[in-house]
Amino acid sequence: MASDTAVRPARSRRSSRETAPVRPSLRRARRRNLLAALAFLSPWIVGFAVFTLWPLIYSGYLSLTDYDVINDPSFVGLDNYAQLFADPKVALALGNTLFYAVLQIPAYVIVSLVLAVLLDRAGRASGFFRTVFFLPKMTPPVAVGVLFLLLFNGQNGLVNGALGLVGIDGPAWTTDPAWVKPGLILMSLWTVGSSVIILLAALRSVPEDVLEAARLDGANGLQVTWRVTVPLISPALFFIVIINTINALQTFDEVYTAFFGGGNTTYSNDAALFYVIYLFQQAFEFLHMGYASALAWLLFVIIMAITAVQFVVSRKVVYYEGGDR
Amino acid sequence: MNRRRMRGLPLGIALVVVSVVFLYPFVWLVSASFKPRGEVFDNALIPKTFTLENYLTVWQEAPMALWLLNTVLVTVLAATAVTLSSALVAWGFSYYRFRGRGVLFAFVLGSMMLPGAVTMIPTFLIWNSLGAVGTLVPLWAGNLFGSAFYIFLLRQFFLGVPRDYFDAARIDGAGHVGMFWRIALPLCKPALVVTFLFEAQAAWTDLMRGLIYLRDTSTFTIPRGLKSLVDAYGFGGEWHWEIIVTASVITTVPMIILFFLGQKQFVSGISTSGLKG
Repeated sequence: MASDTAVRPARSRRSSRETAPVRPSLRRARRRNLLAALAFLSPWIVGFAVFTLWPLIYSGYLSLTDYDVINDPSFVGLDNYAQLFADPKVALALGNTLFYAVLQIPAYVIVSLVLAVLLDRAGRASGFFRTVFFLPKMTPPVAVGVLFLLLFNGQNGLVNGALGLVGIDGPAWTTDPAWVKPGLILMSLWTVGSSVIILLAALRSVPEDVLEAARLDGANGLQVTWRVTVPLISPALFFIVIINTINALQTFDEVYTAFFGGGNTTYSNDAALFYVIYLFQQAFEFLHMGYASALAWLLFVIIMAITAVQFVVSRKVVYYEGGDR
Repeated sequence: MNRRRMRGLPLGIALVVVSVVFLYPFVWLVSASFKPRGEVFDNALIPKTFTLENYLTVWQEAPMALWLLNTVLVTVLAATAVTLSSALVAWGFSYYRFRGRGVLFAFVLGSMMLPGAVTMIPTFLIWNSLGAVGTLVPLWAGNLFGSAFYIFLLRQFFLGVPRDYFDAARIDGAGHVGMFWRIALPLCKPALVVTFLFEAQAAWTDLMRGLIYLRDTSTFTIPRGLKSLVDAYGFGGEWHWEIIVTASVITTVPMIILFFLGQKQFVSGISTSGLKG
């Protein structure tokens, strides 16, 4: 009943004021409703203004200044952006990050899908294996960084030990610049757990009769999976691609743990200098807040552009039930 | 190849092989934490020389108990704050109908896509101007204002409750707070537990805020502390791996326990997040 008053269009409100004597109480009820709604929303409204909107605007302003936290920001126009395009480290970090993302995202999605398909067919044992596949996701990223250094150690790491069993002489994953990023990508596949669960849920919502119809029409197993199942779960796949793109482009914790930080001078870090790591260093190690803000805005634009492209492409390849795009 | 026929040997072998790959790092890590320094890299599953020395050393070399305490504090405050505040906001978005609600909710969803790196610096400046840098406050207090993902998740649950329940409560004299606190919240307990667990994991494992805001060793959380041990005993020292390994185990085990306590909630929470997205 309370809601009825709230949805009524504005016009009837005004006319009601003049006509019936009961209306004022309803109007008051509605006002109280709106006030209650605002009260419930207030934490988010305040938080959005203070921790999202203002930071977004202010970092735009800071990117046009020199600012070291101690002294006031001094306006320098577009200098930071000019510097950004001339800074070889920016190109390096951007290149590293894109290299990582371009290889990691497809690998991550394919591995999640394969594992989800395995689980979908595991019958009663799927609960157990689901737990096993998810467990690594609970590992704190710092510990994942430590594990990377240990397992991928060139001389006595477990990975090269396993490769040695099949006669392959594994590379120096943690030191050889050519192998650092491939190693990090492999390590990141250890934590596919949540994507596997999302895809498994999607697989289970595919109606069995659709698959049965395809089989009756003579499609073989691979065809059913590729032509029927995958299109039907494409919204879930798309969701994973979007989320994982945003995450991959902001990779920080594991890599920073394994390659950067206090006292670390022995490693060739350049191959592992990811964009957010460079941003973090500029902001919090060198206190170049203005320059770091310009870096942040460049990343923002890049991520938005990539996400926008993904959404445009998705209109062509993602199947939404009931929609005919 | 239907779901039934595929069951069988190849499938079983594939599942077991993948499981070994996924579990081995844990087993390796735990096993290595009980080995003396010289044997850490011997890749033996069962330590040849079993020792508790590493745990003693870590406890003496680093303020582990303090770090654990700090992390528990941050985790509980962060998870409680985000659960309550997100529930309030989600309720505001699901029960009340008012002009501009759709637009406002679009902003909630949009803010989910915003890369954290963009707001990182001004957010630091806010805490800095409040004199909170160096304390644990910036690690959890931002959660008092709700978080887009959880608002979205909880709203889904609130929308699933029949409106009649609330109208009936209202007729019985419940106020706005009463409806929220006594009807909506108890009915959505599973979603609240999911929110709490998700955020507990996020807060426990967070490294970046620790790096940005914590200065003194005594204020470190456990991931920040582990990173400082990697720096001290790894890069800056002589690679005392046994210490780093043992501290990694101490950092990880609480998360494993958390998962087994709330396994059902984790799985159902993740499943819904994907399907609704």
